[in-house]
Parts: sequence; structure tokens; C-alpha cells
Amino acid sequence: MITLKKYLPTLSLLVFIAVWQGLAIYINRNTLPTPEAVAKVFWLECSSGRLPFHLGVTLLRLITGFSIAMLLGCATGIALGRNKKLDAFFDNWLVIFLNIPALVTIILCYVWFGLTESAAILAVVINKLPNVIVTIREGARSLDQDLLEMAQSYHLGKRKTLIHVIWPQLYPFVMGATRTGLALIWKIILLVELLGRSNGMGYQLHLFFQLFDVASLLAYTIAFVAVTQLIEFMVLKPLDNKAQRWRR
Amino acid sequence: MATIHIDIHSKIYPSVERAKLHQAIANLYLSLHAEEFVCLVGPSGCGKTTLLNIIAGLDADFKGDITIEHRHDHPMIGYVFQNPRLLPWLTVRENIELVVSDRRSTDVIDALLETMQLKQVQHSYPERLSLGMSRRVAIIRAFVINPDILLMDEPFVSLDAPTARQVRELLRQLWLQRPHTVLFVTHDLREAIALADRIVFLSSAPMRVVSEIKVPLAKTERNDDQAVELFRQQIINNYPEINMLL
Repeated sequence: MITLKKYLPTLSLLVFIAVWQGLAIYINRNTLPTPEAVAKVFWLECSSGRLPFHLGVTLLRLITGFSIAMLLGCATGIALGRNKKLDAFFDNWLVIFLNIPALVTIILCYVWFGLTESAAILAVVINKLPNVIVTIREGARSLDQDLLEMAQSYHLGKRKTLIHVIWPQLYPFVMGATRTGLALIWKIILLVELLGRSNGMGYQLHLFFQLFDVASLLAYTIAFVAVTQLIEFMVLKPLDNKAQRWRR
Repeated sequence: MATIHIDIHSKIYPSVERAKLHQAIANLYLSLHAEEFVCLVGPSGCGKTTLLNIIAGLDADFKGDITIEHRHDHPMIGYVFQNPRLLPWLTVRENIELVVSDRRSTDVIDALLETMQLKQVQHSYPERLSLGMSRRVAIIRAFVINPDILLMDEPFVSLDAPTARQVRELLRQLWLQRPHTVLFVTHDLREAIALADRIVFLSSAPMRVVSEIKVPLAKTERNDDQAVELFRQQIINNYPEINMLL
């Protein structure tokens, strides 16, 4: 039973590809290419250097937008979570920004600041920021008062208190914001590229849409999914495990 | 060498939603001499923890004054809270090291871990410890900073009797080696007799001092259960008003 359980994820992936293959053969049209055809396109696009280039451009935008949003969001979230007056004042703003559709902010950014790289990054940041703030604010509100009192009575000082008392408590919330944030940015960034950039995954997908090139579309999607999985297993999971080791 | 003058006119918890306004302390006057070991005994919920928090500077919302006379401006205060309050993401040893600022304390920490029988678990995380063990770690954490004032809020509750006795003797011994002013909250009169120079009996809320009794027992007598019990009977017979509080 144990060995079977180990192979279940691989098995499910194989079943998925088999179903896809069967469906593609049954429908037999250009709109649903077989896995084999998609793999061929994927290989071609990779060896021509086109896919890596556009993926790289998108990743760079993702990292920039994500870092700015996380830094600003953490600082603001902590401030709002620890200061009731500040929170009462800015709460409305937060609700407004949370509910503005992503498409609106993107269009406005391009209209106001032109079809530039910084406008694209700004649009990503504005869409992501309120989410980070809300999550981190929740974390800052739920800080354990007992432990803060301990830190205060033992004169731990600002630096030690931040590193050893506050940060470990905020960590799960930061990880939460990272996960939901990455998922959100992936989706928004394609839209940003589609609307106002001449490179990146979003731009390419737009191109394939106009050409009705479903095989390329799926090939790029696979690259996309692979990268997100890679980030999950190479970066997020190890970070999680490291922070959880003290738990029973 | 810290002398503490406590002069609290009132400490009030304002009403929050359906909880009514609560006066925790009213006209509490108490002085602790330098290097004195004082036990506070009173009914539970009478405001002893509130008093310790005020002295520790964690609660500034009261009417009155706490004056601490000491050679430094900021005397080191070791506080053993009612619950251990260890950081769960640091090991036992890291929890202790966190509060000391210099690296030279390694030997001191080793010695304390040894006496408290925690050497084997020093690299474990607090969640794996029993409550009794966690309490002992919290006590080490208070000792290791070499406090001028030591505040202890029922630190030996839930320790089994032999361990409690052992830690109690250790506390008294450490205090004799390096005297500091101790304020020790307990509801166990025997424990108070075994430890204190002076026992202060407190009323239920709003808290004030009911009476004070000096404990003139010698070291051997403090470790002798019969002598402690004899003194307890004396107190109960001589001070009927205290009986109400126990």
C-alpha cells in the first residue's frame, strides 16, 4: 500500500495525459492538439529561444512587482495591525482598492503613465498590495500579547523583539500572502502584458489567440505551470518546512 | 540593592462591552527593603498579577507611584510569569540565551540547566516539554539575567511536590548566594513560610494589605516540614482574619 501511495501523483499525471490524448484523437480538430503535438511545439519554441526569452521577461516583471508589493504591504500591514487609529482611517481605502477590478487599474495605469514598463509594474503592485496589507494586518493584530510583554519586561530591545518574537508569529501570514500573491500576480501580469507590452507571456498568448494557434498556447501554458510548480517545491515548501520544525 | 515603594491609590479595569468596570486595587501601600524576600498571599483573582505587571512596568494605567531606589537607573527585573511564556520556535537553550546580552554566560546557563535537571532537553523545543519543565526553563530565564528584582507569579504551580520542593530550596539558596529583592506570589501558605522573610496577606479585590507577618525561621527549619507546619498553625491561630483569605 505504501509503495502505491508513493506513485499515486505520477499515476494521476499519466491518467490526465491519457485522457487528453484520447479526447484529442476523438475530436480530431486543430482546436485540441494531442499532447505529442504540444510537446513538439514546446521543444521548437524552447530551442529557438523564444519561449525562454518571453518567460524570462514575465518572470522579471513578476519578481519586481511581487517584491515591491510584499515590502510595502508588510510595512503597511504591520502599521495598521498595531495602530488602531491608523487602521480606522485607512480601512475604507483598503476596501476600495481591494474591490477595484484588476482590468480597471491596468487600463488607468496605461492611460495615465503611458505604455511603459514602470506603468506595467505599477499596475501589478496596485493590484497585489491591498491583499498583502489585509493578510499581514490580520497577523499583526493576532500577535501574542503575553510574549510581547515578556520581551518588554526582559528589555529585549527592538531588534531582538522583531526577529525572535514578532517575525516568527507573522511568518505564516507572510507565507500565506506569498502564496495567494504569486497566484494573483501570475494572472494579472498576463493581462498587463496583453494590454500594453510587446513582449512577455501575455503578449505571446495574445498573438497565438489571433492566429488560433492552440498548440503554441498550450505549450506556453505548460511552461507557465512548470515554473509555478518549481517555485512551490524549490522555494516555498522548503521555507515552510524550515519554519514549522518547532511544531509537534 | 533595590528598594521598592509601592503606593497605588487605585487600579481600575474599565468596563468593556458587557464586562463591568472592575476595581482591582485600592489604596495599596507596601515597601520592600533591599534584598528582602517577600511572599504575597491572597485569594485568587484578587489582583496579584496586576500588581506584578505594574511593578514590572508592563501596565502604566493606574493611579499612584512605584518608586524603585537602585544604584542604576534601570534595575534588571526578572519576571517569572504565571504561564511560562517561552518562545515556541526557539529551543530551551535559545530561549534562555535570548535574554542575556553577553556570550560569557554559557557556564552560568550550563550550571542552571544542570541544577534544574534540564540538560538533556536543552536543544528541544518547548512544545515537547511538560508544563513543569517549561516552568523550570522560565525560572532559569529569570535567574540568568542576574536580576536586581525578581518577580514570581505562582512559579511552582503544577510542579510535582518533590520538584517544587527542590526548586524552592534552590531558589532560596541562589537568593542567599546573590541577594536580590524578591516578590513572590503564591496561594500556598506553607510555600510562603518556607521561602519568605516576610509574608504579606492581601484582601480580595479591590486588593489591599490585610496584614504582614515576619518569618523568623532558620534555614534548617524552612526545609523541615514539621517546623513549617507548626508556624502555619501559629499564624492561623493568631490571625483569624487571615483564615478567611486562605
